[in-house]
Amino acid sequence: MNAGEPFIRFDWIIDNLDQIGQRLGEHVLMVVASVLIGFAISFGLALLARSHRWTYGPIIAVTSTLYAIPSLALFVLLIPITGLSLTTGIVALVLYTLLILVRNIVVALDGVPPEVVEAATGMGYGPLQRFWRVELPVATPVIVAGLRIATVTTVGLVAITTFIGLGGLGYLIINSGTRRFFPTSIYVGVALCVVLAVVADLLLLWLQRRLTPWAAAQGR
Amino acid sequence: MELFGQGIAWLADPANWTDPRNGIFLRLWEHVSLSAAALAAAIAIGLPIGLWIGHTGRGATAVIAIANIGRAVPSIGWLGIVFPLTLVALGRGGLGFVPSVIALTALGIPPIVTNAYAGMREVDADLVEAGRGMGMRELDVVRQVEIPVALPVILAGIRVSAVQIVATATLAAIVGGGTLGDFIIQGIFVRALDRVVGAAILVAILAILTELAFSLLERRAISPGIRRGGQTAPIEPGGVALPRVAG
Repeated sequence: MNAGEPFIRFDWIIDNLDQIGQRLGEHVLMVVASVLIGFAISFGLALLARSHRWTYGPIIAVTSTLYAIPSLALFVLLIPITGLSLTTGIVALVLYTLLILVRNIVVALDGVPPEVVEAATGMGYGPLQRFWRVELPVATPVIVAGLRIATVTTVGLVAITTFIGLGGLGYLIINSGTRRFFPTSIYVGVALCVVLAVVADLLLLWLQRRLTPWAAAQGR
Repeated sequence: MELFGQGIAWLADPANWTDPRNGIFLRLWEHVSLSAAALAAAIAIGLPIGLWIGHTGRGATAVIAIANIGRAVPSIGWLGIVFPLTLVALGRGGLGFVPSVIALTALGIPPIVTNAYAGMREVDADLVEAGRGMGMRELDVVRQVEIPVALPVILAGIRVSAVQIVATATLAAIVGGGTLGDFIIQGIFVRALDRVVGAAILVAILAILTELAFSLLERRAISPGIRRGGQTAPIEPGGVALPRVAG
């Protein structure tokens, strides 16, 4: 850092708005892609765990081990398999979403009161229809709670992909920030990460309220 | 896939371990001592705050809101935030250990605070009343009733914090903090992928060992009288024991 370099240089921000916007866009795309793919896989795993109960333990054991591996190490360990590519980044990010999502989907579906399921059956719902129209809606708040955590976590992790040549806002924090002793770029990157995490969290909360209007009375 | 073989071969060469300036032993020591210092500081700061707001209920909303925003800061972000400040304040001393330990401490505090708070809040009010009714002083209620009952949740917070710190210590290399991350970050830079993969394997093992060690501690510390069954609670935003990958 040069002597007298201010912490924030607004002129740099204004001159580089398009670069900042581009990094932000990359960041959002990686988060959305990873969480969507992770949700699809987790949903499948959760259904498997519910129909074949013995698979739940092993699924949780494997996903929690993956979860404990530091992201930089996991990105690097995937390089021999998928190379220095977007695939490597997305695969690792998806793996990190699995633990939280599978766990919350299973707990959510298990938490549907048996009398609700019985009432639905009594009303003539078949198993499939009952699942989509009764069990899933009742389980939605807890499932969305998992999605919120997975999303906020992923926002932070995307920044680390800068070490394998991706990065989104991480590029601003590391490559043009820390490595060049340029605080403005660091603080812009960090601030946008926090804003992105908070906005994503609020959007999902809003989505949950839209999906479960009956739950509004209960406050959450 | 042969890169894994190269990584293992790099780990198997004793010369790579003993180099006094850039050996694995040196980096491992930096990694462990930095993590231990940060965890100790995070506990020293976070635990009293969490226990206090959990016991009194005072200031809880504000503290938990701050902790939740703290959780939205990416792990790498803490290093980024701290490093320009220490550099200005301390000059060359603002590189390496100092910014790393401050950043890792900041990262480690939120899970400790939120879990200590949540654990204390969950304690049955009747138990606390019973303690008071037996003539216990306030501090004894905290020490002999609330903390023992809340211990599993409190320790879970410390475990999450420890794993995050060990994982993120890897990134301290970018501000000159050394650690095993140094092999990864320098290695990517100079395209020495055997080192990168070898060090990544070590970091992964270290993080998993940390998780296991603290889980074991958690199990041992829980009084058998309050050991719970296999009930899993859902993970709630802003709630208890949110494990987060970092670094």
